[in-house]
Amino acid sequence: MSFLKTFLVFLCVAVGLAGPAFAQSDPEALRPLINELAKGKYAETEKQIGALVATGNPAVAPALEALGEGKLFFRKSDGTVFITEKAGKSYLLTDPLTLEAAGEAGKREVKKVKVNNKLRRVIRSALGSLTLMAPDPAVRKSAAEAVFKAQDPASIEALDVALQAETDDGVRTVMEQARAAAVLNSDLDEAEKIKAVDTLSDMGNRDALSLLINLENTSEGVVKEAASLAVAKIEKSIAAWNAAQNIWYGLSLGSVLLLAAIGLAITFGVMGVINMAHGEMVMIGAYTTFVVQELIRTTAPGLFDYSLLIALPLAFLMSGLVGVAIERGVIRWLYGRPLETLLATWGISLILQQAVRSIFGPTNREVGNPDWMSGAFELGQMTITYNRMWIIVFALLVFAGLMLVLKKTPFGLYTRAVTQNRRMAASMGIRTPWIDALTFGLGSGIAGIAGVALSQIDNVSPNLGQGYIIDSFMVVVFGGVGNLWGTLVGAMTLGIVNKFLEPYAGAVLGKIFVLVFIILFIQKRPRGLFALKGRAVEA
Amino acid sequence: MKKTFTKFALAGLMASTMIGGAAAEETIKVGVLHSLSGTMAISETTLKDAMLMLIEEQNKKGGLLGKKLEAVVVDPASDWPLFAEKARELIEVNEVDAVFGAWTSVSRKSVLPVFEELNSLLFYPVQYEGEESQRNVFYTGAAPNQQAIPAVDYLMNEEGVERWVLAGTDYVYPRTTNKILEAYLKSKGVAEEDIMINYTPFGHSDWQTIVSDIKAFGSAGKKTAVVSTINGDANVPFYKELGNAGIKAEDIPVVAFSVGEEELAGLDTAPLVGHLAAWNYFQSADTDINAEFIEAWHAFIGDEERVTNDPMEAHFIGFNMWVKAVEKAGTTDADAVIDAIVGVSVPNLTGGYSAMMPNHHITKPVLIGEIQEDGQFETVWETSGLVVGDAWSDYLDGSKDLISDWRAPMSCGNFNTATGKCGGSGS
Repeated sequence: MSFLKTFLVFLCVAVGLAGPAFAQSDPEALRPLINELAKGKYAETEKQIGALVATGNPAVAPALEALGEGKLFFRKSDGTVFITEKAGKSYLLTDPLTLEAAGEAGKREVKKVKVNNKLRRVIRSALGSLTLMAPDPAVRKSAAEAVFKAQDPASIEALDVALQAETDDGVRTVMEQARAAAVLNSDLDEAEKIKAVDTLSDMGNRDALSLLINLENTSEGVVKEAASLAVAKIEKSIAAWNAAQNIWYGLSLGSVLLLAAIGLAITFGVMGVINMAHGEMVMIGAYTTFVVQELIRTTAPGLFDYSLLIALPLAFLMSGLVGVAIERGVIRWLYGRPLETLLATWGISLILQQAVRSIFGPTNREVGNPDWMSGAFELGQMTITYNRMWIIVFALLVFAGLMLVLKKTPFGLYTRAVTQNRRMAASMGIRTPWIDALTFGLGSGIAGIAGVALSQIDNVSPNLGQGYIIDSFMVVVFGGVGNLWGTLVGAMTLGIVNKFLEPYAGAVLGKIFVLVFIILFIQKRPRGLFALKGRAVEA
Repeated sequence: MKKTFTKFALAGLMASTMIGGAAAEETIKVGVLHSLSGTMAISETTLKDAMLMLIEEQNKKGGLLGKKLEAVVVDPASDWPLFAEKARELIEVNEVDAVFGAWTSVSRKSVLPVFEELNSLLFYPVQYEGEESQRNVFYTGAAPNQQAIPAVDYLMNEEGVERWVLAGTDYVYPRTTNKILEAYLKSKGVAEEDIMINYTPFGHSDWQTIVSDIKAFGSAGKKTAVVSTINGDANVPFYKELGNAGIKAEDIPVVAFSVGEEELAGLDTAPLVGHLAAWNYFQSADTDINAEFIEAWHAFIGDEERVTNDPMEAHFIGFNMWVKAVEKAGTTDADAVIDAIVGVSVPNLTGGYSAMMPNHHITKPVLIGEIQEDGQFETVWETSGLVVGDAWSDYLDGSKDLISDWRAPMSCGNFNTATGKCGGSGS
């Protein structure tokens, strides 16, 4: 077996050096081997992958890649293997060696070559060793990352050769780390291993930590000491990063709370309407996003990345219109009667939920994440996911926009005038009923665009709004009714407190602690963090 | 077209229920007790439709005992106490002979006393935590030893997992299942510090901290896996966070007990490929009887995109068992059916036969499936034979001596083999 591995490595290296010349030799010779993939169970497929890698021919890479992604199919009639791409009800076939189109096949004519996690791991490391010398640095980097995960001592030689030829510094670092990971698993001498420990210790992330802990548990003597030191060092730096990570998570949770609450800060905070249907406005916004995405999928798939931007104004309009309708139809008859308003809006929320359930069905609807909303990047030892980052940015933009509207536009002026002194405003010629309707519409519309953002991180189901209504009221009351800045500070504070409690108390207890904290806080300061002062409050 | 027909039929049904005895033909009534509104509507509405389909098909075959079957549908609205009221209404007012329904454990617990008091039959189709066996209830979903334990075995043996995260929603099913799993893992020699248990509230949507905890837990140099009893809805943001945080199934696989085809239908499955689920049925099961079932379902619901799932299969099995038992007993009388149904065996959809055991649980195969890009599961492993549902877990101190056998003369749901006594009455 180890002979085979050495042989393999030798071949990989040879292929790498010989480059394309070898690759073009005779792809047809590989075909029987590739067709062999479709026969038998996982264990046999694994053996076949080994045989393919043993040819050392990079031409097998596309087939292996497709296998890992579950795109490798075989034709039932003759057992020929193809790379497929789904196109409607049939599959487009591509030859796995020449990569030329090979016609189409119906759903029942072809069958997928089965893969499981174990095979995917095998393929990943096989592809890694096959593509270490690829011309594209990005491919070489991901190859080195795959080799790092495999930690196979047999890859050391291949890495050495690759390192010598490497010109890109970034890729070189990854390769050195991959080599260090492999060295730990090998039977090389202590000096080599200690050098590897140093490399990993500089790497300093969780992957390196995992390897080093393992080494600490299995090794002896000097190596063990070096490993212990490195583990302690990494753990210390990770602990510091953890605090930063918690603050980031807190801001992220806070921004979600802010988005959910900011519309309510207007309808409840500024207008004083206890609006239990606020969550449903968020839900309407999320469903608008769903409808927009569905339309884009069927008519203009190219626009998918812009779907959220297109959905934003539409969600604002939809929720806003529903809000205006609710205000004109129900709430305006109930001003000054908070209990009736509460009951009426709660009834409206049930009606809206059931209406959505009847139209779209009770099941969750799939709202896709555009590319720029998926994935993550590393900042030091912190992982920052793009969707959370954009939501923080978005929440702050919405907040700033709303502030501008209220402070700098005539409409904002009228709104403030009406809420501060209705009769005076009316005698100045402001049509107060319309301002009421429009303000309520604005609050609802903002809830709608919050729905667009929340559709990216939560379920789009008829129950979406229920999950946010309590949190929203909590934020508004905590921050101080009638004060938008209070809502901002309140949301962020609650988010960060929650996230610092969660690792110690667990998600369930953490939430309870936050609630208890708010109850105590409200006892002390009944008007919240930023209480409004002056005559307006007494009015 | 088909849909309007169904609605028509339903309206007709309701009308005839109201007229009651005035209907010309005598029918056998079957109660369907599933939430059609509220939080659980997402899962339970499908089961209501599945029951209507099964009843319609049975009527096409000529009904039961020469009479037509008639479905009585009520909506307990995801409100647990309302389940008990609606169950009483079904049995006392509508005089149904058997009830198919309930999803959450708390709704089942809420209706148990009603079925005991009025001596009627309940078929419960969802995987649950076990530790219960009641004379009037038939558990057609999986007990922990038919889902959780085999899944852990698979991860341990095939994937070489040594470190375990048990993550669940904070209610009775995950808590009990995790207790059983923890005891089982420890009996297999897993150390205390290699098990991390984590609970989250219903509908939890902010998974950042937990996912980063899992990542940290997974970087201790041992192969790590997550065993998830997270309830349906909260799974979507959980998997999204996993995908975004770059945790791949090859590195830290997640095996879920509450994620089926229906849950995946509302999800962009690309980042989930390779994560696992353990069930007793997958829509992808390659058998003729399953193909027929799916075809009938699509025709009934009028939508080719609708999926089938494990609880639907449980209703399929449970309904056919009830039909067979009634034919065997020659009557729909509850006592006669309870005696007749033990030992009844009907085909399941994965190509075998499921039988009702004396403890009112059934035999099932256990399948482990990997999530595919199209939202379906691909079976990567299955038990070689059928697994008998065990009401009382062998790994918990309080229940390992208990057995359940509802046949005479024992007729006891919690017989203690250590003391030789039936520990209490009924459940």
